[in-house]
Amino acid sequence: MKIAIASGKGGTGKTLVSVALALSAPKPVRLIDCDVEEPNAALFIKPQFNNEQDITILVPEVNMDKCDNCGKCNQICQFNAIITISEKTMVFENLCHSCGGCYLVCPQAAISEIPKTIGKIKLGSGNGIDFVQGELNVGESVAIPAIKAAKRFGKEDKINILDSPPGTACPMIETVKDADYVLLVTDPTPFGVNDFKLAAEAVTNLDLPFGVLINRADLGDTSLDKYCETNRIPIHLKIDNDRLIAEAYAIGDTLFDVKPGYEISFRKLWKDIQLHLTDKK
Amino acid sequence: MKIAISTKGDRLDSPLDNRFGRAHKFIIYNTEKENYEVIDNSQLNAAHGAGVQTAQNLAKMNVDVIISGNCGPKAMQILQASDIIIYKSVADTVENAINQLREGKLHEMHSASVNSHSQF
Amino acid sequence: MKELTIISGKGGTGKTSITAAFSMLAESSVTADCDVDAADLFLLMHPQKREKENFQSGNEAIISEKDCINCGKCEELCRFDAIVALERRREVNPMNCEGCGVCVHFCPVKAIDFPKRTCGEIYISDTDYGTLVHAKLAVGGENSGKLVAYVRVKSKQIAERENAELILTDGPPGIGCPVIASITGTDAVIIVTEPTLSAQHDLDRIVALSKHFETPYYVIVNKWDINRKITAEISSKCKHDSLLGYISYDMEFTNAQLVGKSVMEYKKGIAYKEINDIWQKLKERI
Repeated sequence: MKIAIASGKGGTGKTLVSVALALSAPKPVRLIDCDVEEPNAALFIKPQFNNEQDITILVPEVNMDKCDNCGKCNQICQFNAIITISEKTMVFENLCHSCGGCYLVCPQAAISEIPKTIGKIKLGSGNGIDFVQGELNVGESVAIPAIKAAKRFGKEDKINILDSPPGTACPMIETVKDADYVLLVTDPTPFGVNDFKLAAEAVTNLDLPFGVLINRADLGDTSLDKYCETNRIPIHLKIDNDRLIAEAYAIGDTLFDVKPGYEISFRKLWKDIQLHLTDKK
Repeated sequence: MKIAISTKGDRLDSPLDNRFGRAHKFIIYNTEKENYEVIDNSQLNAAHGAGVQTAQNLAKMNVDVIISGNCGPKAMQILQASDIIIYKSVADTVENAINQLREGKLHEMHSASVNSHSQF
Repeated sequence: MKELTIISGKGGTGKTSITAAFSMLAESSVTADCDVDAADLFLLMHPQKREKENFQSGNEAIISEKDCINCGKCEELCRFDAIVALERRREVNPMNCEGCGVCVHFCPVKAIDFPKRTCGEIYISDTDYGTLVHAKLAVGGENSGKLVAYVRVKSKQIAERENAELILTDGPPGIGCPVIASITGTDAVIIVTEPTLSAQHDLDRIVALSKHFETPYYVIVNKWDINRKITAEISSKCKHDSLLGYISYDMEFTNAQLVGKSVMEYKKGIAYKEINDIWQKLKERI
């Protein structure tokens, strides 16, 4: 089973919840941090890392002996990554989206594709949880290949929890799109509700079953509850606003470290989700 | 000689645009014929690589010299490979920038004046 | 005219609320909401929309139903799993389409169109505190920074037209291309951070980013009293003149948002006074 944890807005408690889910999961479980730009789940899981792998994408390499500067590679490239200028063909690797167009179109077969490292996967375990962290190198602009690489470690032998990047743009979509269930984490502030609706729209468009966890739930009015009721979005759990939780998060403690009572609620959450999934079948 | 000047308008008294890759327009001034054409640079469709695309476009037009405010490293690579010299100017109009060039008052850019928007 | 870009690294540090507060404190300003993935500033500034424009970036492949011969060449070549096989033809899944044009080029019967892709909208609106330029990125849209750049271009044009003294740019979260697009050429970067391990890590990267673009930066520590030790660590790392100030963990900060007001309008608690002090200091520095 693959469950993705996402949120429209950053700072709603997505990582706090992903970690709590991992700790309370009907084992065995794997947590995959797909927030490749700024992975931070490791701060809370504190895994022992025992393996590292490069994340690579294919970029073109031009054999200048074979190249006749016809410019067809430049014509097909939509990303300004390969340029033919006065008898020189230049490749700008960090603009390349690895579509293979230049390699396919070159009439002289002068282009080959070579791997370029854009980040790394770190593997480890902690607290009985298998841990996978995807990390994009600083300065790289394409997160998708890094997210794909991290997800590949989500084998069916365990429950996989995907900690998704915030927002509703490509990286979040890439993370959640093939999940069995999506848990959206939000808070009932106007910002939280606004962004939650965007995230709910996104997962609905992807036809994914989803539910919500409301953090800092005692703030605000009932508009979020009503919205969920009207749109038949199950509210799985509410966590009250508590400065102690914020203080725990600040130093890398988990929710259960400061509020052990929530562990029972999370175990129930798991049962709820499993029930939802069997209902759908 | 063809001089390309990054600009916000379409006349010789228009102000310079100090960006290169995302410059609004370029005025291509022909010193022999003493006339000019205006190129619209605002419709670059690709998300990234504006500097690269702009440099390539100007190279294809056989421009000899460019006057702008800044230039990133990738665009610089292309200009150097095409033997196009790029000068920096803070003149208030296109015409004044051209005059500065003629009077030898402008400094040639030998390397990128701004850091890459991607590598750091 | 100067521009200030307010960023945070990690989301949820209070960046947008503080930007709104500054907009209200500034005498003449244009505000640009560059958090295009999840724009929230409008919830505090209550804009009246005046103009709207479509935002286009890149292209997308669309297979013509009547021309498709279902040979599968597009599916064979697509590296982004964007081609879906239906009963009698292939179709492009726009969520996955990278806009690379490979299928368009290699389709043996030229059955694939490649129009420009509209992936968002830009709005120019009036608010009680000046013009607001904001945008909405379509769900699943490419967040390369191009829309961010465009919002800034528009806000500069408007500021020039209106003779505004200041542009306040609410930057996107993170440290990638959208953030870069919000800080290039800005006059100063204001970093809103909080004393958590997660935010500390991002602060280092955001400062490195600001230095890379040779832009002066200032730091505000929000919710400073959540962890005094980490706050002290952050302060000791900041150069003396780059630390602007501290804002306390104050429920009134959130309560203001709950009633759709900026904390400067709500005027309860201590946070709003601390923000005012920070603003006065900031005005001197720039």
